[in-house]
Amino acid sequence: MAHHAHEPQVTVLPPDKAKIKKLWTIALYLLIITGIEFLIAFLVPHEYKQLRVWVFVALTIVKAAYIVGEFMHLRYEVKVLFWSILIPIIFIVWMLVAFVYEGIKMPVFQ
Amino acid sequence: MAHITATAVTGKNVWDGGTSPMGASYGKLMMWFFLLSDAFTFSGLLITYGLVRSSHQAYEGLVSTFTFSTEYWPVPEKVFEAVPFLHGYELPLVFVGIMTFILIMSSVTMVLAVEAGHRMDRRAVEKWMLWTIIGGATFLACQAWEWTHFIVGTDSPTIVKDFVNGQWITKEVYGANLKINQYGPQPFADFFFFITGFHGFHVFSGVMLNFLIYYNTVTGVYERRGHYEMVEKVGLYWHFVDLVWVFVFTFFYLV
Repeated sequence: MAHHAHEPQVTVLPPDKAKIKKLWTIALYLLIITGIEFLIAFLVPHEYKQLRVWVFVALTIVKAAYIVGEFMHLRYEVKVLFWSILIPIIFIVWMLVAFVYEGIKMPVFQ
Repeated sequence: MAHITATAVTGKNVWDGGTSPMGASYGKLMMWFFLLSDAFTFSGLLITYGLVRSSHQAYEGLVSTFTFSTEYWPVPEKVFEAVPFLHGYELPLVFVGIMTFILIMSSVTMVLAVEAGHRMDRRAVEKWMLWTIIGGATFLACQAWEWTHFIVGTDSPTIVKDFVNGQWITKEVYGANLKINQYGPQPFADFFFFITGFHGFHVFSGVMLNFLIYYNTVTGVYERRGHYEMVEKVGLYWHFVDLVWVFVFTFFYLV
């Protein structure tokens, strides 16, 4: 059990420079994508509503992929785990499509 | 000493027991499936927002001449344009942008803590966990300010029609809560409180968990245990909080 009397010998490995650099690069990508979203929000006029929404959704999915794939390490997990997490997301997509469709068809309420 | 390093084994007998077919420990798997269920909860909130918003009248005029009215759904960038210490300036989405930056940075420091844990580098884990806690706490402080501003309202009121004691009256409304809303239809304020509140509560829980991990690291619990897997599990939760914010940012503030 726990050794309180004497601390265990711990071998500290040196930092993995390449890995750390990669993590910072991904953070930079995330910030750049957020910056692009800002530019679109102010440079593309609101008249192009459809275009704006689709570009925002696409960029959000790219950001989500970086966070889940790299930060949460899911890309490097075993295939079974990877798909066990991703496949159920289909239900969210269906829920989104169905509900927004219903919302558009619903009578406007004040 | 129970050491729970799970290894992936390939072959046809992988599901017969004695191995970890998913190459992850029980705790880590359960964290993943908890997060999946949590993703459904947040999707429920955000999708309902989409449903209610698309069933309301959208603002048709020019954005530059936008004024608050309960007749149509507001343009988010016109609602969220205040920044602390800069009263009176119209800075659309700037403060939300700062909050996004803080949360992304705290996600990076978290993943660096996980990396340090893999190397059994206690000092580095302590350092990066502390940065993560600071990032989380700063985000919460920003959100407290944002909520206060949203509740208190702008300098000039919105004229709102209300049905009181059997007759229609008009009144001046400042700010918003669950009963009144100067920015637009009532559900807009309700969703603001529910969605950002539910996310903020996740951040708060995350900061608590991060502190627990930090405490255990400082007292050497994980060093004695021989691995820093707890940092990894709480890290998954923390990244998820960041992930949810990415979606809230897009669907509540940008679209």
